Amino acid sequence: MLNEIKRGIFFTLVTMVLLGGGYHVVLWGIGRVVFPEQAEGSLIRRDDSGVLGSRLIAQKFERPEYFHPRPSAVDFNAASTGGSNFGPSNPEYLKQVQERLEAITTREGVAASQVPSEMVTASGAGVDPHIPPAAAELQAARVANSRSLDLTGLRELITAHTEGPTFGLLGRRRVNVLELNLALDETFGTPAPADGTTPVEEQ
Amino acid sequence: MNTDYAAIVITILLTVATSTLLGGYMYRVFTGGHTWLDPILEPIERLVLRLTGVDPTEQQDWKSYSISLLISNVFMWLATWTIVTLQQYLPLNPDGIGNMAPTLAFNTISSFVTNTNLQHYSGETGLSYFSQMFTITFLQFVTAATGVAAAVATIRGLAGNRLTYLGNFYVDMTRATIRLFLPLAVLVAMLVMWQGTPQTFDGAATATTLEGAEQKIARGVTAGVVSIKQLGTNGGGYFGPNSTHPYENPTPLSNFIETWSITIIPMSMVVLLGYMACRRKLAVVIYATMLAIYLPMVVFGVAQEVGGNPAITAMGVDQSTGAMEGKEARFGAALSALWAVTTTVTSNGSVNAMHDSLTPLGGLMPLVGMWLNNIFGGVGVGFINMLIFVIVAVFVAGMMIGRTPEFLGKKVEAKEMKLASLALLWHPLAILVGTAVACYVWATTADPNGALTWLKNPGPHGFSEMLYEFSSATANNGSGFEGLGDNTAFWNISTGVVMLLSRYIPIIAPLALAASLAAKPAAPETAGSLRVDSATFGVTLWAVIVILGLLMFMPVAVLGPIAEHLALQ
Repeated sequence: MLNEIKRGIFFTLVTMVLLGGGYHVVLWGIGRVVFPEQAEGSLIRRDDSGVLGSRLIAQKFERPEYFHPRPSAVDFNAASTGGSNFGPSNPEYLKQVQERLEAITTREGVAASQVPSEMVTASGAGVDPHIPPAAAELQAARVANSRSLDLTGLRELITAHTEGPTFGLLGRRRVNVLELNLALDETFGTPAPADGTTPVEEQ
Repeated sequence: MNTDYAAIVITILLTVATSTLLGGYMYRVFTGGHTWLDPILEPIERLVLRLTGVDPTEQQDWKSYSISLLISNVFMWLATWTIVTLQQYLPLNPDGIGNMAPTLAFNTISSFVTNTNLQHYSGETGLSYFSQMFTITFLQFVTAATGVAAAVATIRGLAGNRLTYLGNFYVDMTRATIRLFLPLAVLVAMLVMWQGTPQTFDGAATATTLEGAEQKIARGVTAGVVSIKQLGTNGGGYFGPNSTHPYENPTPLSNFIETWSITIIPMSMVVLLGYMACRRKLAVVIYATMLAIYLPMVVFGVAQEVGGNPAITAMGVDQSTGAMEGKEARFGAALSALWAVTTTVTSNGSVNAMHDSLTPLGGLMPLVGMWLNNIFGGVGVGFINMLIFVIVAVFVAGMMIGRTPEFLGKKVEAKEMKLASLALLWHPLAILVGTAVACYVWATTADPNGALTWLKNPGPHGFSEMLYEFSSATANNGSGFEGLGDNTAFWNISTGVVMLLSRYIPIIAPLALAASLAAKPAAPETAGSLRVDSATFGVTLWAVIVILGLLMFMPVAVLGPIAEHLALQ
């Protein structure tokens, strides 16, 4: 029995050091060398090397000059992510969806049937970086108006930022909202700040 | 949508095809054969055994094997419990996470030691990097290996002839960890890192967004956790929302790799049985029976999610891409439904969409997967559950044709049937009694103002939340209807105890059963013997699983998901 206890303790300690420590450190080393950008979280940096965001993490966009991401149950808090966990029949939830729908149809001036379900439902983690192309198309007129742009040029930009399924097979067609908005600023200039503060220069 | 269906077919076909290869590799590993990875892995394996003080030639009978299993698990529990309750004082805590509270720590450690990975905490706010490494990752490796070791010993018992010894626990355990899980985990971690999963010791990044707001972005040693959580049917995510989080599952390609990782080892276990017991036809029959339950569940689940939420269709929204609440735009409804079924039939429990927000019948599929708990099942243990159903099916078939039930030439008698029944009946007992107690506690502590207290959703869906929690704890699955406010003393303690019992009863009873069969002489099979490697037996097995496994859950299915479905129409 004493031997059993000894083996239990030593096996725990040895494998804990090996799998908890060694394994992670080796992977960290591989990440540093082979995938340095991904390993630190696919961050996008400004000219002054401050962090602007991550291309994998949605950030909040409310201004009319930008494309908006999907609704978030955690208000885009990337330090405490999560979904709404609303069941499909919850009256409180359905009221929320209805309110989102009304807000969108009013803001974009479109009919309910033009609104893809992604834009009225909260994403799984609350930081979904993508919207379907139809959701970008939906917002194009509003963005073009508030920036006084030609709609065709804007549509070209959306098409250029639309990703298809991987190998033509895996996943949905989608647009990365942050990357699209960055490209928007790059191509057409940063919009004047709404609240009198100076615009932040980004890369 | 069409590409999604093609993607699902190809994912399943590729996983089945590769499982035949990995099954062969596992056969060589567990019978002491040589593999091409030996030059790297054999020295590590020898080192672990030497430091542990194990004589690799020592053989153990089922009792000694079970004692080693239990004692090692006790020390893993104690060591990791100490870490999470003291994590504030330990290194590698850049985001300053506090110590874990006692009942939450009891639940969390019981959850991870039993390979369940039910999480009543959220990773980015509840655990330091040190805990993620030395508690979560460590347990995700060794508990998966514990399941594989138990399954390998059970197979040896079933295949053996007048056999007393089932093998050496620590040798099986070390081989499973070092030669099976470690190389696969490194490979998968590298692939998901390539796709965008972080692996960093730096703390949360602070970003200033394009609109000028501040956004804190939690990161960490994510890639190493993601790979082993998938491969070891653990399922415990690095972040709260698991593989819905873009860092845990950045692209459709990472989603494909992770879906593959969920089922590859459970599928390979069946192939391993064919090799180890020299019964390839039996393995084919079991594999086909599992597929004949899994595939219809996938088809049904996908159809539900793609069909969308009727209440939202009624608002006039374009729901052509399906029900998207709690799902990610890059995966869509179909691939999320595939994952939901796959993760619950295998007792994995990771998610790439929030299950609480699935459509009612789409959410019934994960429940069915956990109620059966043997369609591929958890690494090792799911396969053991399947063997128990095989024994019961043999018994039922034997009774039907009026012959003494035999399995692999051994008579199945009262003692074996008692052990099989014990393993089998514990499962519905824990789920149904647990849910009943939870309903009672909820009703007696109901808020006079009509607040839902620990439930997020009213009506049948609230009932489903409690049912799901106990199904998940009992099946050692770990996914949840996460709207349930489960970090309370009641939920932490009740599900903690259920997870522990539901792990060790279905491991030890089958070991005793296998040992009992192993000790018997094998009678030569004659024309009068029951052929277990025939299509007829496969159909019998399928019917026994569906009828025995599901019928007792029919009433709760009607009260929860089915009632909600009818109300939504």
